[in-house]
Amino acid sequence: MSSAATDSNSAYKPADVSPQRRSRSRYTLRLWAVRHARFLERVYGRLADVFLKLHPLWQAVGYRRAERPVKAVEKVVKGFLFDCRMCGQCILSSTGMSCPMNCPKQLRNGPCGGVRANGNCEVEPDMPCVWVQAWQGSRQMVGGDAINVVQKPVDQSLRETSAWLRVTAQAAAERAAMTDRGP
Amino acid sequence: MNTRDQVPGDPAAPLPELPGHSSRGRLERVLRRGEFAVTAELNPPDSADPQEVYDRAEIFEGWVDGINATDGSGANCHMSSVGICALLTRMGYAPIMQIACRDRNRIAIQGDVLGAAAMGVANMLCLTGDGVQAGDQPGAKPVFDFDCMSLLETIRTMRDEHRLLSDRKLSTPPAVFLGAAINPFAPPYDFRPLRLAKKIAAGAQFVQSQYCYDVPMLRQYMERVRDLGLHEQCFILVGVGPLASPKAARWIRSNVPGVHIPDSVIARLEGAEDPKREGKQLCIDIIGQVQDIEGVAGIHVMAYRQEELVADIVHESGVLRGRKPWKKEPRPDDAIVVERLEDILTEAGESAGTSPRTSKGSKEPA
Repeated sequence: MSSAATDSNSAYKPADVSPQRRSRSRYTLRLWAVRHARFLERVYGRLADVFLKLHPLWQAVGYRRAERPVKAVEKVVKGFLFDCRMCGQCILSSTGMSCPMNCPKQLRNGPCGGVRANGNCEVEPDMPCVWVQAWQGSRQMVGGDAINVVQKPVDQSLRETSAWLRVTAQAAAERAAMTDRGP
Repeated sequence: MNTRDQVPGDPAAPLPELPGHSSRGRLERVLRRGEFAVTAELNPPDSADPQEVYDRAEIFEGWVDGINATDGSGANCHMSSVGICALLTRMGYAPIMQIACRDRNRIAIQGDVLGAAAMGVANMLCLTGDGVQAGDQPGAKPVFDFDCMSLLETIRTMRDEHRLLSDRKLSTPPAVFLGAAINPFAPPYDFRPLRLAKKIAAGAQFVQSQYCYDVPMLRQYMERVRDLGLHEQCFILVGVGPLASPKAARWIRSNVPGVHIPDSVIARLEGAEDPKREGKQLCIDIIGQVQDIEGVAGIHVMAYRQEELVADIVHESGVLRGRKPWKKEPRPDDAIVVERLEDILTEAGESAGTSPRTSKGSKEPA
């Protein structure tokens, strides 16, 4: 918790480049998404329903073959709205529509202790803390208390895959299990 | 009852198991007995000399119930926490091994947990870790494979369910008392108590807080913690530390992530004739206020580069209430060994016609 400083007199350091090679300096859309977390929660709910209804289609095409085009769309849409990093295991619904993979420490369970008094990030002083935003977003959402559930570590082998399709396949499997157990 | 918490004749041996205890360490015993615990932070050496670790631990002896071994704190490279802890357990100290998620992935960390537990480490503190930009090697790759929460959960699974994250069985689980860090002094303030609840759900049994210089803010936090009943599920140790000067305070405030120092504190240091002494007094005053807050189970003294003040601070604050934490005692047979050694040395000295020490010196080239 204690620390010592070292002054590095590096000759030239490009601005806004973090160890994660992030060069974005504007967060307008990301912040908009958090402010409209409730709206986006509803939109996502609809989308998930539609995807589940399309389950026979995904099955006909084959989830594997659908993966590439769906992933391409998902990447663009979520990249635009949330600066999505395609971790492949989306938890935006549990994080107030603020993507936790944008945290320089990629924390999935809440803010670190280094958040600045102005609510900005310790590592990138110009960026609003992803988790301060997540907390604000979650307070607007119907299912916002999901932020209190402990998340598992990221499965790195799922990177660059479609979370939408995986969630759909899981939901379909659960539905099938339910009807099997039913009357 | 063995209030000294030591296996007679062997300070390095793990203590007998007690029902309801996760570890065989001293810190857990002190806390579960309901005593006000004191822990301190050891400044890790930039050296490969074990003696430097022993010297740094010795000044805490008899004043603390646990010694934190930091894991590259502030992202600065020092001797590893596993190494320091392994050395400390040999001497009978009760180290608290800090594990930061910044530098190692899940494979390395689980291995270290087993290794450290095998070396007798009974307490582990799970941290996220400061970002690499804060330290002496900002070009390093930040790992952050786990976060503190998934780290807690993983070690708890290893301990309670005897298996690794991969489900592979452990023949002997690591018997450790699990800790985490809290920072009530950073936003989002209303989420902080819920985050503690989350850490407890993930396995935290004790927590140590960031430096506390704002007691009203801590009171507010603790109120919420009590409302949630968290102080009954977890031992809360409040972090304190002396500030050396107003300049140091300002530097810490703007350079050490997550430390909140109100202006009034800096003003008090500025107004003092002897700022260093005032800094120490301020620390003692804060301890005095903190120890009466309901739900506070102890203090964690972080006196970075002022470690020699820890004994004084603990003594003058009176938090031990007359209790004497573990202290290395010379073993009864040690006296015999020393006596015998002296005999041999004098005999050797007499036969060489000079004392052994000077004879060794005379061999060196002039």
